[in-house]
Amino acid sequence: MIRFDSVTKTYPKQNRPALRDVSLEIEKGEFVFLVGSSGSGKSTFLRLILREERTDTGLVHVLGKDLNRLSNWKVPQMRRQLGTVFQDFRLLPNKTVAENVAFALEVIGKPRGTIRKTVPEVLDLVGLAGKDDRMPGELSGGEQQRVAIARAFVNRPMLLIADEPTGNLDPQTSVGIMRLLDRINRTGTTVVMATHDQNIVDQMRKRVIELEKGRLVRDQSRGVYGYQH
Amino acid sequence: MRVQFVLSEIGVGLRRNLTMTLAVVISVALSLALTGGALLVNKQVDAMKGYWYDKVEVSVYLCNKNDAATTPNCAKGPVTDDQKAEILSDLKKLPVVKKIYYETAEGAYKHYKEQFKSNKQLADSITPDQMEQSYQVKLKDPTKFAVVASAFNGRPGVQSVEDQRKVLENLFDLLNGLTKVAYVVLAFMLTVAMLLIINTVRVSAFSRRRETGIMRLVGASSFYIQMPFIMEAAFAGLVGAGLACVGLLGGRYFLIDAGLRLQDKIPLVSFIGWGPVVQVLPLVLLIGVVMPAIAAFIALRRYLKV
Ligand SMILES: Nc1ncnc2c1ncn2[C@@H]1O[C@H](COP(=O)(O)OP(=O)(O)OP(=O)(O)O)[C@@H](O)[C@H]1O
Ligand SMILES: [Mg+2]
Repeated sequence: MIRFDSVTKTYPKQNRPALRDVSLEIEKGEFVFLVGSSGSGKSTFLRLILREERTDTGLVHVLGKDLNRLSNWKVPQMRRQLGTVFQDFRLLPNKTVAENVAFALEVIGKPRGTIRKTVPEVLDLVGLAGKDDRMPGELSGGEQQRVAIARAFVNRPMLLIADEPTGNLDPQTSVGIMRLLDRINRTGTTVVMATHDQNIVDQMRKRVIELEKGRLVRDQSRGVYGYQH
Repeated sequence: MRVQFVLSEIGVGLRRNLTMTLAVVISVALSLALTGGALLVNKQVDAMKGYWYDKVEVSVYLCNKNDAATTPNCAKGPVTDDQKAEILSDLKKLPVVKKIYYETAEGAYKHYKEQFKSNKQLADSITPDQMEQSYQVKLKDPTKFAVVASAFNGRPGVQSVEDQRKVLENLFDLLNGLTKVAYVVLAFMLTVAMLLIINTVRVSAFSRRRETGIMRLVGASSFYIQMPFIMEAAFAGLVGAGLACVGLLGGRYFLIDAGLRLQDKIPLVSFIGWGPVVQVLPLVLLIGVVMPAIAAFIALRRYLKV
């Protein structure tokens, strides 16, 4: 599903690489936590998977494709097979819940009939049934993140990338979001999630990958958060 | 692709940027009106040039039978074959002469009808036997008109010697000068229009970065992401070009037919008809749509990550 081969990435005008010689493999259906202190390279790791950035050296394979050799015009096609969720939700404030989810399908040219059918289904799945017509501003943080997850999942992606999805939520709400991500993972979708949330990592006991100053320092199945911040 | 969705996005974009859009529309309209105007002035200059204007410098008109009454030099009747032969051989002897064309009265009539085809009144006022046959003379040195004039003016059989340049040259110089100024001004205006479009796209891309960012993440094609911006620019350009077209049509109407009424005031000039004006309009519309679209595309490469 995802393979990194000796990946090094240095941002322009930075003397220290954000990722340094990282090699690992993530199989289909896995649930992986990415941990490490601030600036350790977690977001960079995820941005490489999304092909928002490219490696300096080393190879990134996602869904069987070498992203360094994937031509620019094929990138959108690749991203349609991924879902993404961020700490800041990234919803459109002037569209309703249902419109926000539908937007993801409209802009990739899905037929209206499909949209009308799938949007309520996925809103139901994330526990927002009946809130279709609310505006994002009228929802709690947890509910907004559910909308974002619905949008990421509406296209039934093979892989869900989540960068600190609970970073803005209280512990109670975070648990709800994690249950949802776990449920999505059980449908067969691979989930890779960067987080600072010790409780969650310790409770879920999934595979944990730890980065430190851009290096891979730990890769543990059924792991724990494992360090104090 | 969902047409309605795209159209509504364009509408939202244009309204959000109303002042910028207006600036684009106005600058495109002005520069295209100038472009069209300059093209039409060129056509007008061409319409005013007779058949021989660009080909020769001097015309030696020979007496026809009607000239006897009006031109003293032709009092002895139309030119004879002997006179014609003599004039031709003397013309050939002049060192300044480069080439001589002979035009029959019928040929002159045909060219006259051609030139005034848009002015029926004028075209129908002349009959073939009113036209003179002539020698049309090309000179090695175009300024040496006087050499030919002094040699042939007053010769038996010669009705008149005319400098092709003399009559309209000052006017053409003026008009050509004006079109050159117009081209410089319109080059500036088009540049301003393009810069305005680039800036509009920049502002527009910035104010929509949330949407476009999400589009990118969910895998919208770069074409799909860029298209609303390009359509916005093309649409504003189209409106500007439409205004320019109205301006050109109105301009011709008020200069020539109404308002200034140049056709009535200067009846001897062949003014361009509606045909050339209408011919220019598709070009104006095309430039009006394509240039802003290209400018938008260039701006997007810089200001919109896809
Ligand atoms: N766009 C960028 N340009 C330059 N440097 C960057 C950029 N993005 C990240 N970096 C640098 O790369 C390093 C890794 O950043 P990254 O965002 O991957 O860390 P992170 O683990 O996600 O941190 P956090 O937990 O705070 O989100 C940091 O030193 C950061 O300053
Ligand atoms: Mg980060």
